[in-house]
Amino acid sequence: MRTGRRLHIIILLAAVVAVQLLTLAAGKGFYLTQLTMTAYYSLIIVGLCLLMGYAGQISLGHAGFLAIGGYTSAVLTTMDLSAYKGSALAVALMKLSLLTGRQNLYGGQMLSLHPWAACVVAVLLTVIIAYAIGVPVLKLKGHYLAMATLGFGTIIYSVVLGTQKFGAADGISSVPAFPLLPGLTVSGAPGLRIQNYYIAWGLVACGMLLLLNLIDSRVGRALRSIHGAEDAANAMGVDTSAYKLSTFVLSAAFAAVAGVFLTHFNGGIGPSEASIMKSVRYVAIVAVGGMASLWGTLIMSAVLNFLSLRGYFGSFDDAVFGAILIFIMLFSPEGILQFDVKTMVKKLRVKRGGT
Amino acid sequence: MLELFFQYLVAGLTYGTIYAIVGIGFNIIYNTTGIINFAQGEFVMLGGMTAVTLYAFLPLPLAILGAVLITMAVGGLIEMVFIRWLVKPSVLRMIIITIGISILVREAALMLWGEGIRSLPYFTGNEISSLSFGGVRVSPQVLWSLGVCAIVVVLLNLFFKFTMLGREMRACAANRDAATLCGIPTRNMVTLSFVLSAGIGALAGCVVSPITQTQYAIGSGLAIKGFTVAILGGLGNSMAAVAAGFILGILESFSIWVMPTAYKDAISISLLLAMLFLRPSGLFGNREAFKLKDF
Repeated sequence: MRTGRRLHIIILLAAVVAVQLLTLAAGKGFYLTQLTMTAYYSLIIVGLCLLMGYAGQISLGHAGFLAIGGYTSAVLTTMDLSAYKGSALAVALMKLSLLTGRQNLYGGQMLSLHPWAACVVAVLLTVIIAYAIGVPVLKLKGHYLAMATLGFGTIIYSVVLGTQKFGAADGISSVPAFPLLPGLTVSGAPGLRIQNYYIAWGLVACGMLLLLNLIDSRVGRALRSIHGAEDAANAMGVDTSAYKLSTFVLSAAFAAVAGVFLTHFNGGIGPSEASIMKSVRYVAIVAVGGMASLWGTLIMSAVLNFLSLRGYFGSFDDAVFGAILIFIMLFSPEGILQFDVKTMVKKLRVKRGGT
Repeated sequence: MLELFFQYLVAGLTYGTIYAIVGIGFNIIYNTTGIINFAQGEFVMLGGMTAVTLYAFLPLPLAILGAVLITMAVGGLIEMVFIRWLVKPSVLRMIIITIGISILVREAALMLWGEGIRSLPYFTGNEISSLSFGGVRVSPQVLWSLGVCAIVVVLLNLFFKFTMLGREMRACAANRDAATLCGIPTRNMVTLSFVLSAGIGALAGCVVSPITQTQYAIGSGLAIKGFTVAILGGLGNSMAAVAAGFILGILESFSIWVMPTAYKDAISISLLLAMLFLRPSGLFGNREAFKLKDF
């Protein structure tokens, strides 16, 4: 099992390198921009896969968590703190080199929080919110859970859309680059395209490794037992509510990290990232990938997100994801990779004969 | 001041009717199938949009009748194509399918009608005509929507209590297996419930169209409101949904008094979340009975 896992990760990394070389050979280096965004969307989607496929809990508000992460980071890194230069807190932050000076649009000096600090705050805030929401929400089941998470997503959307501080309908722009390590910067600058592509997919690989280890552990088995039969799992002494909650929080943290990186990569974030359609799209991709299949989900996420971001679906973008949802749930609830034409035909035949 | 109070009250009642009717639509389908139809709001949108289109070459009453019939057909078709042949689908699967349906209907409406905002003309009078009740000015359309809501509720009650078909649907709601054993074609009842709730939704969409206007994207917002109403009243209880609809409509309309309009939607959703967390059986529901229900 362990070697298999390592092998899969190595295959993933090899594929990532191969794709980069391919774009280089084909002279389509600009594809890397969409591929990088695809990676960040994939990160939130594999996190959601853990929640939906393994713990069996639907979330129709995951875009909300991505937005909380992204917006927090955007607000903190674009806020000008020069007015508070003298305050004790600012001095302390300065000593820890958590404040960075840079020039604003008009050439004036401004002082803002270092992206690392903002990132930590953003992820922590998301985790806290996810925890606070998760405690009551995860007591609900079925339709109620779906509606409650949908409601949460809608609230986040209407808050970011209706608040001036978050730029209302325009969102927040001119978010600075994120200097990850010396020499490694998350930014949309064309010169850093290749570097960013590897940062993004490296992050996905780390995330996958973490999730794969998790589902193969005691926790993973507990989660699957919850999905199978929650009451039975409870009776066997699995603390189902604690497991559900920590999975929810973990997947929200994945969403927050994705949001932070995506925001710094794009140099901004808009309210559409928080929209319900985005949440539904994530659910659709997890469903296509086969719910309880991290690899299937990752593959489908890479393909569908890339096609969508490159604009292959045109104005049918949302319709495509709606159609995918229905098609998968009707004909192949185990995911597209398990789709079997023969059994489908057989099923239809039996049905026709039966009625 | 008092006058303003009544104006808000009337506005609340107007929105309340549409929420109530969407809530009833949820309940009808939920009762026969145990499914929450996330595409419920789309029926309201379809009804309004179709009526506006038909009104171009038909008189108003016929346009509305046509819109209701077409939406009923669409509702029935959706059930037959996507839901009828599934064998004991899981709740998760049904949620995702109905969400997918709502997206497809919305996108189809976008292709058909574009992004434009449309509305039917006022049934009697126009935008500025109003009836005065002791200083409070009420648009006649408000009375139309209240009246239609009342008629729908009464007719539904009569239908469920006194007709054979209505009784069969109730039997199906009470116990599907037992109903099948009694020779009731439960599958047809499910289709019928979709047709019925599509028709009611479409009618609501037509009646409020002059006041609230219709656009391809109004469906999902209405679905959340309608669901809030259904939960507030207690899932499955159509009469309580009416009361809950008015409560929500009035709360929302008064919230504008104290909060920015942009947060209006957040009010109803916070209310929904609070209900789900604190009293999922609804304001008028029975807690003990609720515990026995299966989700």
